Amino acid sequence: MNFKYNNVYLNETAIVTGPYEANGPLGSYFDRSYDDLYFGTDSWEAAEAKLIEDSVDILLSKSSLIKSDIDIHISGDLLNQLVATNYAAKDIGIPLMGVYAACATSTLGLIIGANMVESGQVKNAICTVSSHNSSAEKQFRYPVEYGGPKRKTTTFTSTGGASALISSKKKGIRIESGTIGTVVDLGIKDVYNMGAVMAPAAARTLYEHLNANGRDTNYYDLILTGDLGIYGKEIFKDYLKKEYGIKLKNYEDAGCILYDRGSQPVYAGASGPACIPLVTYGYIFDKMHKKQYKKILMIGTGALHNTSMCNEKRTIPSIAHAISLEVIK
Amino acid sequence: MNEKKYSALVKKHTPKEDVFKNAMIAFLIGGVMGIMGQGLIDIYSYMCDISTKEASSYMIITLIFFGCLFTCLGWFDKLVNFAKCGLIIPITGFAHAVQSATLEYKREGMITGIGANMFKLAGSVIVFGVVSAYTFGLLRLLVMGG
Repeated sequence: MNFKYNNVYLNETAIVTGPYEANGPLGSYFDRSYDDLYFGTDSWEAAEAKLIEDSVDILLSKSSLIKSDIDIHISGDLLNQLVATNYAAKDIGIPLMGVYAACATSTLGLIIGANMVESGQVKNAICTVSSHNSSAEKQFRYPVEYGGPKRKTTTFTSTGGASALISSKKKGIRIESGTIGTVVDLGIKDVYNMGAVMAPAAARTLYEHLNANGRDTNYYDLILTGDLGIYGKEIFKDYLKKEYGIKLKNYEDAGCILYDRGSQPVYAGASGPACIPLVTYGYIFDKMHKKQYKKILMIGTGALHNTSMCNEKRTIPSIAHAISLEVIK
Repeated sequence: MNEKKYSALVKKHTPKEDVFKNAMIAFLIGGVMGIMGQGLIDIYSYMCDISTKEASSYMIITLIFFGCLFTCLGWFDKLVNFAKCGLIIPITGFAHAVQSATLEYKREGMITGIGANMFKLAGSVIVFGVVSAYTFGLLRLLVMGG
């Protein structure tokens, strides 16, 4: 499903991260980074809620708005029952719409928000997404302090909260179109190879997006997938060529940019719902403001499993949502 | 593309794990752990003037203590990263699995947190350890008559 927008803009963004992200190559693009993973709270879950609260606070102060100016807050995270979002929203006090698409939540939120703004019923919307390495490890994998050997294809969940203000005010970056993806499952069961799980969903969404808008990949200065990692990235390129006959030139994966794989213990790269906005809202937007990129396509990629389904040895379905962003002319 | 073709495509791009290297590291570190354990038995039996059997229990307690302590200090996961199964397979790995789960769930309370989750990882080891002990005990009884 494709949506075209005539009058929707991404006015401002705010990014809060943990220490690993701050020590990575993009550290200077973040608004706030903490030195530990608790951020002054007493649990990983509360810490993740704080990421959301902080990013909304910073976003409001950067855009000189107050909470009553915001009509709706669209937010999501990885935790069961979206607890980070829900507990953060309790203190934020803006009407909330919780959304979940695993690591594709950021682009899903932006598409929903853009549709609301385009319809004219919403003036200002905040789209937030968060992930926390330790709360995700606890929920999906092993206790944080457990050090069992990991495979090379394992990705490292990023810690971060990223908020974006979208409105019809002509400022910042233009949201041009968005594509809601279809769930794809090509039979992968390996939870330690998420890139392989999500690559076909990203490829299908990209193909559908290009088809619906009648354009080819050269239209974009950059096509950015969410968190496929270094091996998933190669699988994606190969699959896209074989299945859809599309060759990629201006392509990168956010999971391969966020950390320095040489010096940081992140295996195949970064993952998590926060991964793609952490890279895009700071580093990529900076390049867009400098006109180095004029048109980009963000493809958030999410694996739609939980631990029960994986323990039952079921295959892992995945989804990808794409959003096209442009420099304002 | 069907699942089979995709699986072959994934395999083409998936790196091979360094099984031999990891096994050698585990073998060496595990061996060093064995030497340390034997050293502890000798020290305890000499210093405390006790039997080797009794000294073995002291050795196990010592290794468990340090496995737990290093987990709490946040060192053990980094050591395992290097030592692989050389530290996971010995009793230190069991202590580490229990202690890391305890740390993880302490915020959720004594009963619903620590009590309910402490054996989250190590529980399987206990269950199947007991099952295999019974199985082999029974086999021994049937084959060798006890």
